[in-house]
Amino acid sequence: MSLLSLTRMKTSIGQYHVLHDVTLDVPEGGVFVLLGRNGAGKTTTLRSIMGLWRPSPGSVTFRGEDISGLHASEIARKGISFVPENMGIFGGLTVEENLVLATAKGRFDPARLKRIYALFPALEQFWTKQAWSLSGGQKQMLAVARAIIERRELILVDEPTKGLAPAIIDGMAKAFAEIGADTTILLVEQNFNFAKRLGDGLAVIDDGRIVHTGTMPEFAADTALQEQLLSLSA
Amino acid sequence: MSQSLPKGAIFIKTLVLFIGALLLFAPFLFQDTRSLEVAARICIFVVLVASYDLLIGYTGIVSFAHTMFFGFGAYGAAIALRQMGPGWDAVVLGGLTGLAVSIIVATVIGLLSLRVKAIFFAMITLAAASVAMVLASQLSNLTGGEDGITYRAPEIFKTANKLMVNEDGKVARLFGVKLNGKLAAYYFVFGTCLVMFIFCLRMVASPLGTVLKAIRENEARAEAVGYRVVAYRTFVFCIAAGLASLAGTVYAIWLKYTGPDTALAFNIMIDILLMVVIGGMGTMYGAAIGAVLLVLAQYYLRDLMGAASEAMQGIPLLPELFDADRWLLWLGIIFILLVYFFPKGIAGTLWDKGARP
Repeated sequence: MSLLSLTRMKTSIGQYHVLHDVTLDVPEGGVFVLLGRNGAGKTTTLRSIMGLWRPSPGSVTFRGEDISGLHASEIARKGISFVPENMGIFGGLTVEENLVLATAKGRFDPARLKRIYALFPALEQFWTKQAWSLSGGQKQMLAVARAIIERRELILVDEPTKGLAPAIIDGMAKAFAEIGADTTILLVEQNFNFAKRLGDGLAVIDDGRIVHTGTMPEFAADTALQEQLLSLSA
Repeated sequence: MSQSLPKGAIFIKTLVLFIGALLLFAPFLFQDTRSLEVAARICIFVVLVASYDLLIGYTGIVSFAHTMFFGFGAYGAAIALRQMGPGWDAVVLGGLTGLAVSIIVATVIGLLSLRVKAIFFAMITLAAASVAMVLASQLSNLTGGEDGITYRAPEIFKTANKLMVNEDGKVARLFGVKLNGKLAAYYFVFGTCLVMFIFCLRMVASPLGTVLKAIRENEARAEAVGYRVVAYRTFVFCIAAGLASLAGTVYAIWLKYTGPDTALAFNIMIDILLMVVIGGMGTMYGAAIGAVLLVLAQYYLRDLMGAASEAMQGIPLLPELFDADRWLLWLGIIFILLVYFFPKGIAGTLWDKGARP
């Protein structure tokens, strides 16, 4: 059984129909990548899963339970966390406060905190700093750390490499590879090289519809398909 | 991983402690009736502004109904004291009734309208405050209408009440100050307001305060982290309403008069807004600074300008410019200068001064 299933999901934002018919199964474990051109509907898909935009009609099931009518906060409590694009942190709060917010009881599990320090040492260094004062890469680290400070079953990650330097992207890829070892990640990405390093399975979305699903090794080997679906040249 | 406070923050905290000490010893430092009135008004407004800061500064809620809740508390105590006589039972019953009405109204307004955009919520609270004002005026049998109601406070607060007597049987004095009911009333106001202000400080320093700041910064992000924004906003709206209501009850006991001008007027709402802006939104300590500055200006700027005008007699133009009747103009100019030099309010601007990058 899939961990997450989207069935004929349609989402409109105001008068614009962004998702027309999204049907997708995300298996449990590893990194599943959602690829697509700019404006194809990748972010809308993640936000619809998270309940930030209400899909209608269609359904979102998580571990067999329909969560499409639930509020974002209820969905978060089901074990799904969301790393929004553009380093979605709370700039007016300290690094510590950003992470405390995402804990269930307002205190840290020492083992998980230790793991976060190991993945992102900069966060320990700037623990009491206001998050707005961090660099772009550190903000992205904080956003990812917030998503894993508690045990989650699924992490939705929206374009984590956007605006980051290559050295930071490399570190981020290593971090996601480690996180993906025990948590399922649904990763939206435009940087195909980054996605290729991490992805196990993938889907391609275009104009609000899933146009391809398969495995990453197969897709990475098929340059013609990449060119056709993503306008990528080899 | 601990970090020492910036010098600015230490200065602000010291300043607020100094204000607290001045208010604590106000009856002994300023031994005239007017000064005591000013000190009591400052205490009340510190709580009103601090509770309003929970809304506008920490949660990003713009409400114009804060004086309505203040009025509920004041009228609750006033009506009970008028109907039941000057006892603590009336104070408790009236205060709790005002508190209950405030929380119920805040819950209804919050659940029905905190989902809408900030501007619509502000308009709804403005409408609710106007309705309360009209009701207070029209239900004259209960509220005294435009004239308001006068009543007696509990016996212990009567000016003639002797807290301690000397060997001659007269009221005892401490550093020249009579230990009478007026002094007890002031310390009742000071003590209750101090407790409420500390409650506000504790609240914003707690995990709840962190959630409120997160909601203010980005509602959708706070939702995605797992916080039901409407529930939190409604909760903090109720807390702020409850604090305003209790402040109203305390003020009603102090004044022994409650009317639309003292408890419900829109001028009070404007004063609260000015104090929050001058002190610094989202700082809590700014509430004390803003309240002190504006109340002092309201009470003493006119006198100060009158004295300055007299001292400048003989100099062309200046006596007219500093005429006591122009105090509101100068208050406006001072406000503009404060906003110019302290764009985040006094506490907000100074807080991070001296912080290490």
